[in-house]
Amino acid sequence: MLLAAVVAGCGGGSGKSTRLVVSAASSMTEALESCAPKFGDAENADVRLSFAGSDELAAQIRQGAKVDVYAAANTRIPDELHADDLLSTPVEFATNEFVLAVPKDSDIGSVEDLTKDGTKLVIGSESVPIGTYTRETLAKLPPDQEEAILANVRSNEPDVKGIIGKLTQGAADAGFVYVTDVNPTGGDLKAITLAKDLEPNVTYGAGVVKQAEQPELAKKFVEDLTEGDCALALADAGFGRAP
Amino acid sequence: MTRPGWFSALLGVCLAAALTFLTLPVVAIFVDSSPGDLIASLGEPGALDALWLSLRTTAAAIAIILLVGTPAAYLLATRSFRGKAAVVTLIELPLVLPPAVAGIALLAAVGPSGILGGAIEAAGIELSLTTAGVVVALTFVASPFYVRQAMASFAAVDRTLLDASRTLGASEAHGFLRVMIPLAMPGLAAGTALALGRALGEFGATLMFAGSFQGITQTVPLAIYDRFSTDFDSALALSAVLVAVSAAILLSVKLVRGGEALGVVAR
Repeated sequence: MLLAAVVAGCGGGSGKSTRLVVSAASSMTEALESCAPKFGDAENADVRLSFAGSDELAAQIRQGAKVDVYAAANTRIPDELHADDLLSTPVEFATNEFVLAVPKDSDIGSVEDLTKDGTKLVIGSESVPIGTYTRETLAKLPPDQEEAILANVRSNEPDVKGIIGKLTQGAADAGFVYVTDVNPTGGDLKAITLAKDLEPNVTYGAGVVKQAEQPELAKKFVEDLTEGDCALALADAGFGRAP
Repeated sequence: MTRPGWFSALLGVCLAAALTFLTLPVVAIFVDSSPGDLIASLGEPGALDALWLSLRTTAAAIAIILLVGTPAAYLLATRSFRGKAAVVTLIELPLVLPPAVAGIALLAAVGPSGILGGAIEAAGIELSLTTAGVVVALTFVASPFYVRQAMASFAAVDRTLLDASRTLGASEAHGFLRVMIPLAMPGLAAGTALALGRALGEFGATLMFAGSFQGITQTVPLAIYDRFSTDFDSALALSAVLVAVSAAILLSVKLVRGGEALGVVAR
């Protein structure tokens, strides 16, 4: 089913001759949906976007899914794919800010507030980057605080959208997400910035899949992520530029 | 008899294609995992938690479905009233709803910000992100499978038997329990098995409404999805268990239905 989803992609059908399949982390949905059609028009290609958790997309590539570009919400998974000779040398193309998201009228103002008994916290599953960043961040806290916060976790979601959905529906009190996921909620959620010593370094990495059917076009798309329309779209969505 | 030759061949080719397409993925689950790995993966605490949770939540959902669904199906099968067709259609609707729609619908209805969310919270009941929420999701998606089948089974019972029990002085409640339910039993059992299969496989509505947490809301399908990217072997092992259980359910339906068919022939 998931492989079929990749093959079918999310882009609309058009009469263009070449097709570029881009697998990207969920957090880039809005940004890439706005810039990919422009890239497609310029290159006369049908760009098919497939969004899911970075780990899941990587698993699809490992299972042989026909993907041209892979763009992840961290650099670890692209590095692993490269090490296994499944991806070109990854390029760092954007950064994101890891924040605490809460409903707009919430009393929660800091990570320390999450230790309170009965706080419903929703985080990413251990296998997705957002979940890894969350656990790394919590591990920097004093052990008793870390323990109290982890005891309040009520769901390990397979991607960021699940965390945001649980928050906007009032099912949870707080969640760790990227600042770019809070912006599109139209003010329903607010982002609480973490102390500098807690904040993880969130860098996005992308590369051309070794089995790509359009390696040249895929390379151009990766370049577009670093300095083209997609780089601008990512900046508009609140992403930072990779150092 | 030469003309049906090519047609029979076409039928055979289509059947072979359908059979290969439908069985290959299931067979691959078992080919891809050695029995040793399978058992080792199931020994992992997360997998056992998921299996145990799936069993408990499915059992609870089936109990609710049987207790409420059986009398409701009996009413629909034995009474005529205005708008009955509309009622039946509404009850059957979750059958064709995509799981994601079921998840959104449950959130909109009984989620914390849903139309009944305030009342449910005031009653001190917590559904979202709890085991009770999983039961709600399973009950929602699985009950039409049972109610539909139960309705048909009650309707197929020879009414003169119920009338006979009435003339002998039995109340309708007595007739329902002692005559209708035993006579409709093969159909009720088949409906139960169908609902059981649907509940065990539920994924989308559970994830959206109840979330995913080991031992609390992470049922087997959610555990399979969670392991898909990190531990494919373990995902395969859990899938193999679901295939085995589902096959057992299907087989029991076939056996029950077979008995029913024989009964019809005998009559």
